[in-house]
Amino acid sequence: MAEILAQVARIEGLAMITIRADLTRAGDALAEATGLPIPGPTGITTDGVRSLGWMSPDELLLILPQADKAQAMQSLDQALTGEHALVADMSDARAVFDVTGPRADDVIAKLAPVDLPRLAPGTLRRSRAAQTAAAFWRIPGGLRVIGFRSTADYLGLILSEAARPGTGLAPR
Amino acid sequence: MLILTCPYCGVQAEETELHPGGEAHLKRVGPDGSDEDFEAYLFARKNPKGVHFERWRHAYGCGKWFLAARCTASLQVFGTYKAQNPYPPAEIVDAIRAHRPDWQPDWTVQHAQAESPAE
Repeated sequence: MAEILAQVARIEGLAMITIRADLTRAGDALAEATGLPIPGPTGITTDGVRSLGWMSPDELLLILPQADKAQAMQSLDQALTGEHALVADMSDARAVFDVTGPRADDVIAKLAPVDLPRLAPGTLRRSRAAQTAAAFWRIPGGLRVIGFRSTADYLGLILSEAARPGTGLAPR
Repeated sequence: MLILTCPYCGVQAEETELHPGGEAHLKRVGPDGSDEDFEAYLFARKNPKGVHFERWRHAYGCGKWFLAARCTASLQVFGTYKAQNPYPPAEIVDAIRAHRPDWQPDWTVQHAQAESPAE
């Protein structure tokens, strides 16, 4: 019996903070407050614990351990004083899955209209997974997928379905 | 299958990641307009066979509206550009001309300059 293509694990305990601001004006202040370099378009920067993803020309997503959230919200609010900006705690709106294994790409390739071989490390790709919005990027050993908590059951189900043994993509 | 490159994030988005928004470059008829003009603004659409300018939203992505020039008959995409352009930019016009030498823009440059940047 063939192996499953990849392990699908729901990740808890991550906080997500949405930052909307004029990145050309507030970029330096944000880099200082988050402790991470501002990613370029469709990029994601990380120091191993925190990650900062580029969501749209005026939106960033800071992903960090739940324990650091309150302090990060405070320093972001301070950094954006005087700017037309928004810092919102989106942790409860999201669900996180790690798809890890040698054929993790196959699992995502079945669900999203994305050319996985061209997805470089450090790229955050917003797209869809089957019928629900999702974003994913490469982590050591596989990919991390974020979606909406309201569709988390569906997302978890389609990910583990797509990882079923013997369903790998070419070469068969 | 239609693949458009979002001018805001550079992602090559496939049709299911996008939301169509109909004809581009419509100009709203204000309170001074006649009933006929307002009706035309609401309902009259070009619907050409050939070069067409359209609005698309990168819905499963950065969420921005952008504009695309494509051929409604062959589905050839001539290019995409940001929605801040009141008229298709020169490089889009050149790209269309390269493939459709007979095609003529239906706006004039004076018209474009008079209305474009500060509006």
